[in-house]
Amino acid sequence: MLDEIERRIVNELQRGFPISERPYADMARELGTTETNLIARLQCLLDDGVLTRFGPLYHAERMGGGLTLAAMSIPEEDFDRVTAIVNALPEVAHNYARDHALNMWFVLATETPGAIENAIATIERESGYPVYNMPKQEEFYVGLHFAV
Amino acid sequence: MSVSTSLSSPLDAVDRAIVVETQGGLPLTARPYDAIAARVGISAEAVMTRMRHLLKAGVIRRIGAVPNHYRLGYHGNGMSVWDLPDASVAELGRRIGELEFVSHCYRRPRHLPLWPYNLFVMVHGRDRSEVMTKVQAIAELCGKDLRGHEVLFSIRILKKTGLRLAQ
Repeated sequence: MLDEIERRIVNELQRGFPISERPYADMARELGTTETNLIARLQCLLDDGVLTRFGPLYHAERMGGGLTLAAMSIPEEDFDRVTAIVNALPEVAHNYARDHALNMWFVLATETPGAIENAIATIERESGYPVYNMPKQEEFYVGLHFAV
Repeated sequence: MSVSTSLSSPLDAVDRAIVVETQGGLPLTARPYDAIAARVGISAEAVMTRMRHLLKAGVIRRIGAVPNHYRLGYHGNGMSVWDLPDASVAELGRRIGELEFVSHCYRRPRHLPLWPYNLFVMVHGRDRSEVMTKVQAIAELCGKDLRGHEVLFSIRILKKTGLRLAQ
């Protein structure tokens, strides 16, 4: 379990982190600890897998890239074959099996918007199943904050 | 991902070098921006100025920690999908996005007749029943505008590498 200082680190560092000469020292003062301790605790939280990442989170479309969510409906007996085809594409950032008729859901991230269509065409051709493309049309909120 | 940089990219070569050096994480050293600067070959002041600019432009959403929600006790993670009238989806999306248990709220296209849903809302809870209670709160917020909804739980992760620019 997390101790009090780790809890504060996990809660506060989800909100943001300074851009300054000694940002860990600045943040440590707010958290009531030292720069050295904050760095050591962050290293532990990352090593233990409590945090999956610490650093800048980039917005794919604003970097000029393409991003979409897509789904497929794959019969159970063909699921592993299609999973291998989809996962083999470097453009596939995440892929989840979900309990629905549309049972495979993946995120495509590409360096150019046009590359999304090519990736979808490749998957359809190699798998023999249609891909339902569901690009974001409007974003109302994105922000993950898990209180501990 | 292609190794070449798109001409339409809003990032110049130096910005791109900063992205490549930080996409794995911020260095865990007392002066992390100096460490990035040394690798990119510019001053720490220039790195900080560029990163402040990228943050302001929304290219960097935020600098911070991403927890493994399973490790924090959030075992229920449902993708709730909603069929809402086109005329009210924007207003409802904005209000649903303000709920504290919602992490992502997007409008996406329908694929009729297979897929009638136009709003995607990720809902997190300690277990599936907590997720379903929160989904019910969203249903009540939608009121008579709600035409249908479902919750898709993930069965397993097939791949999770995240977004990466080529080095």
